[in-house]
Amino acid sequence: MVDQTASNSQLQAQDNVSLLTTHDGQPLKKSLAKALRREKLRALLLIAPLLLFIFLTFILPIADMLMRSVENDIVSNTLPQAVVELQAWDPQSGELPPESAYVALAADLKIAVKEKIHTRLGSRLNYDKAGMSGLFRKTGREMRKFDDNQPAKDQFISFDKDWGEIETFTVIRRLSPNYTDSYFLSSVDRERTSLGVQMKPENEQIYIKLFIRTIMMSILITLSCVLLGYPVAYLLATLPTKSSNMLLILVLLPFWTSLLVRTSAWKVLLQQQGVINDLLVWIGIIADDNRLVMINNMTGTIIAMTHILLPFMILPLYSVMKTISPSFVRASKSMGATDWTTFWKIYFPNTIPGIGAGSILVFILAIGYYITPELVGGTSGVFISNRIAYHISSSLNWGLAAALGAILLFLVLALYWVYDRIVGIDNVKLG
Amino acid sequence: MNFKSLLMSTAAASVMLGASSIAATSGSHEMAPCDNCANEMTIVSWGGAYSASQKAAYDDPYAAATGVKIINDESSAEAVAKIRAMNEAGNVTWDVVDVVAADALRLCDEGLAEEIDGATELAAAPDGTSADDDFGALRVNECFVPQIVYSTTFGYRTDKVGDTPPTTVCDVFDTTKYPGKRALQKRPIDNMEWALYCDGVAKDKIYEVLGTDEGVAQAFAKLDTIKGDVVWWSAGAETPQLLADGEVVMGSTFNGRLFSAIVEQKQPIAMLWDMQSFDLDGWIIPKGLSPERLARAKHYLKFATDTQRLADQSKYISYGPARKSSAPLVGKHETLGIDMGPHMPTDPANSSNVHLYDYGWWADNRDDLDAKFQAWLAK
Repeated sequence: MVDQTASNSQLQAQDNVSLLTTHDGQPLKKSLAKALRREKLRALLLIAPLLLFIFLTFILPIADMLMRSVENDIVSNTLPQAVVELQAWDPQSGELPPESAYVALAADLKIAVKEKIHTRLGSRLNYDKAGMSGLFRKTGREMRKFDDNQPAKDQFISFDKDWGEIETFTVIRRLSPNYTDSYFLSSVDRERTSLGVQMKPENEQIYIKLFIRTIMMSILITLSCVLLGYPVAYLLATLPTKSSNMLLILVLLPFWTSLLVRTSAWKVLLQQQGVINDLLVWIGIIADDNRLVMINNMTGTIIAMTHILLPFMILPLYSVMKTISPSFVRASKSMGATDWTTFWKIYFPNTIPGIGAGSILVFILAIGYYITPELVGGTSGVFISNRIAYHISSSLNWGLAAALGAILLFLVLALYWVYDRIVGIDNVKLG
Repeated sequence: MNFKSLLMSTAAASVMLGASSIAATSGSHEMAPCDNCANEMTIVSWGGAYSASQKAAYDDPYAAATGVKIINDESSAEAVAKIRAMNEAGNVTWDVVDVVAADALRLCDEGLAEEIDGATELAAAPDGTSADDDFGALRVNECFVPQIVYSTTFGYRTDKVGDTPPTTVCDVFDTTKYPGKRALQKRPIDNMEWALYCDGVAKDKIYEVLGTDEGVAQAFAKLDTIKGDVVWWSAGAETPQLLADGEVVMGSTFNGRLFSAIVEQKQPIAMLWDMQSFDLDGWIIPKGLSPERLARAKHYLKFATDTQRLADQSKYISYGPARKSSAPLVGKHETLGIDMGPHMPTDPANSSNVHLYDYGWWADNRDDLDAKFQAWLAK
């Protein structure tokens, strides 16, 4: 930084004395800029592998994901003629599309069936209207019976009565543009109907609730990590090296253990017939028929995730606390401050960068977690990431998964911005 | 022939000829040589005891006969997503993949699986019946070669149900008679059907009712009566563990998992076969293989799904072979030496009242009902 300002001012100085030249007759300013450019290029070349790596494995996949959440060219690619015909049709008219639209649909479907892509379109449309996947599969089988010389409309309706429903064509027409907002609408529990954008029926609303739950629980997990991690980090930083090394190993040991093993261990501990409940019953604190429910719910998720993420809080805190000179505390005490005042006015403010770094790490890791909530979350402790995983691996609705992921990404960025405004990102120290 | 009558005839055959292990012309299978085939293949399955049974019954004999190097992958749980990703990337690394029928339907619909001609590319039964007739309705589409019939059914703790063990699936919904928690799979499939059945809907009307908003509300209302007592599972191994720990008094899972908990691990658990939900598992070949690898995959499939091989698998795990002609060849457990017949979901004593899960219906309604189910869970 300092070097740069220095060279900048140097450059400005050269500006005023532009007559100065180097020994080969070049203006000094130009020569200097050339040398600097070479420096910059060399620096760029040195980090080029890293830049390329980040671009290929991070930026590109994220951009691809963001695209998937709006991409929708499957309808116009599979049914090019029908899509054009349907644009001319008014769904509000209360009448089925004209015969010409059915003829176009037949022509498109014949090609699609030959290429076996009609079922793919069916599963896409099924995300917006249940039954479309079956309709296209069935129609695909019937298409070989299609007779070009007979009225197309009646034949389609005889294949499946859904071809006689206005709703079927409304859905195809609505999804015919190459880009759609339907995935984003679904991810905030909304849908586009003939009356415009509306909330989905109450018995299908889920995502907003899950987003709020994910954020609230991640904040709760972050807070419990601060509460539990702070004293541990303090001990680590102040104990004599021999015992603090031992303690550090104890902190790191679970960090090196498989995530699944740790999560399963919590199951054994927390379940109703588990170690903790057995112990409480044996001591007589709770009755045998009234065992605590501590797993397969929110409590289970918070306990297990706090434990798993704790090292990410302790390590930055520890490295910050290590740098706080003990003489601060001694000075404060020698001037008559109580233990509490010393801690609160002197020690604690110095540790805030560590808390900031730990909180960001823990919160961002927590918000995207899914294995632990899936295993110990039951129904009240699952996160939005569990739904994203479901749509990626089971329902194959990658568009919706991408939209949910994009919203999660923007939420994290927004929270990061808020954090920067309140705490200040310069106030974060990892070591 | 419909699904049910087919299953019943499979079961009847197995009783007629008995599980007394008739030493049929086993082993020596005339295998056509494979020309221009790859020398290495990747087979994807579910892992655990199931993969072990396939390795013993199919992979080892095939590798011994052909010298092909077989690589086993245990990714079937996320096979659908991975095959799609491989297909989009244009780099398919799997040759043969084991999936459930519903996933096969999805893959075939998406154009991600090869079509397999039953007449020419699969082995006929020993009596000459074509493969398609031998499998019957179990070949749910042209991409899928069925392998086993399994079922999702209930197990209960024998020591926690008093003197009157549960006899019908509706006992799962009876929390006064059988207090305690129950384990159910965290998905609408099967649970919605059992709920409607126990709420008095006739078995052949279940999907008709479930297709209406009122029917869905009715199923949820029935599930509401036990919602507070349910532990929801997502991996098949969870229920046997929950039962063994005494966390739940009864729970649904795959019958093979319960078999190993009861017979191999001697846990105090018993089967409740009533309204067991039949499902299928089998092979698909992903699209996009090179001609050599495709030829190898088809060659393997012809061998691995013939009558004797399917019967061999049931020596290692309690899932019923999907071929009618394999049923008479089902024998004893390879290491325990017990008759496998009575442990098969298709055994007549077990299958007097079964639930036939409708793939086509669920393919249409799964997205919709799943959203409702998740919203209901979160309530």
